[in-house]
Amino acid sequence: MFYLKMFFTFFKIGLFTIGGGYAMIPLIQEEIISNGWMTETELIDFIAISESTPGPFAINVATFIGNKTSDIFGAAVCTLGVMMPSIIIVLIIAHYYERFKRNKIISTILEGLRPAVVGLIASAAFSIGKTVFINGNASSFIDSLLNINSIKCIIIFTIILLLNKMAKNKLHPILVIIISGLMGIGMFGFFS
Amino acid sequence: MSDKENKYLTLFKIFFKMGAFTFGGGYAMIPLIESEIVEKRKWIDNEDILDIFSICQSVPGVLAVNSSLFIGFKVAGVIGALISVFSVTLPSFIVITLIFFFLKDFMTYSLVEFAFLGIRVGVVLIIINAVIKLSKSNLNAFSITVMVASFILSSIVDINVMFILIGAAIISLVFHKMKKDYLFNKKDGK
Repeated sequence: MFYLKMFFTFFKIGLFTIGGGYAMIPLIQEEIISNGWMTETELIDFIAISESTPGPFAINVATFIGNKTSDIFGAAVCTLGVMMPSIIIVLIIAHYYERFKRNKIISTILEGLRPAVVGLIASAAFSIGKTVFINGNASSFIDSLLNINSIKCIIIFTIILLLNKMAKNKLHPILVIIISGLMGIGMFGFFS
Repeated sequence: MSDKENKYLTLFKIFFKMGAFTFGGGYAMIPLIESEIVEKRKWIDNEDILDIFSICQSVPGVLAVNSSLFIGFKVAGVIGALISVFSVTLPSFIVITLIFFFLKDFMTYSLVEFAFLGIRVGVVLIIINAVIKLSKSNLNAFSITVMVASFILSSIVDINVMFILIGAAIISLVFHKMKKDYLFNKKDGK
């Protein structure tokens, strides 16, 4: 049954998302995009939408994909799936709270997992960057970079990068989205 | 209404509010929880709440879900936990479902299409910022090695995320054991 498959896919995603919502991105690329339930471009758009809506990224993605691939019941199944590992694990830990705090093995494992997650998110940024800056039908890497659309993207990126530096690398995500959105309209709408 | 039912209703109200007004990541929830649960109602004390947040970031799942479960459990048992997690995710579920039904039409406006061509560039920056921020707390040699290795293994060698995480956990345990043995031998003057 399709609902069952979605439930287990999101259960797996929920189980391996540690250290914050962005950690989910590499997993979504692997499980969802490879199954054809979402394209990479749709994922990128959805990251932006999720920054502007309430709620955690993980829940938003699950709800969205459930709606997209089936219906609202599917959305509920996916959302439940992504929450299930948390529900099981957190309730067990809450019960054995004290022992978990002091467990050396767990804290050592986490010392390994945290940097690994950072590397994975960086890898997701790399692949998303490729999707955004490099356009499909070019005969070589350099060719595709010289495509006018890529150059426009690079210009937009340079400008927000400078703004970001001026804000000491703490430019609020929603501001980034608004500014880059306006530049998109300017670059692609007026200068085309 | 009994005391238990009162707690259930309050948990529902608090976490629904939190789910509805926390934008862009669970960390925004932390001050809200501190004021509603720790200061106002004193259901959990300050020291415990910090521990809870740190545990919630160290287990699978997102902070909003994990902390609502944990706090709900501490306040009102398993049912409290389930009510809390259900109410924190409900606003999301409603909003995203609504967005989904309007999104297709929304995206056909060329103005929106142009905006998104720019927004996608913005997303790259947002994620890079997140990577920089996360790597700041991991600046020792071991962490940097693991970060670079997982980046290479994932983007170039294309190894599955799960294997990388399991591998990182194992390597950390092995490294820790090796460090312990080395220090132990050093102490004995070998």
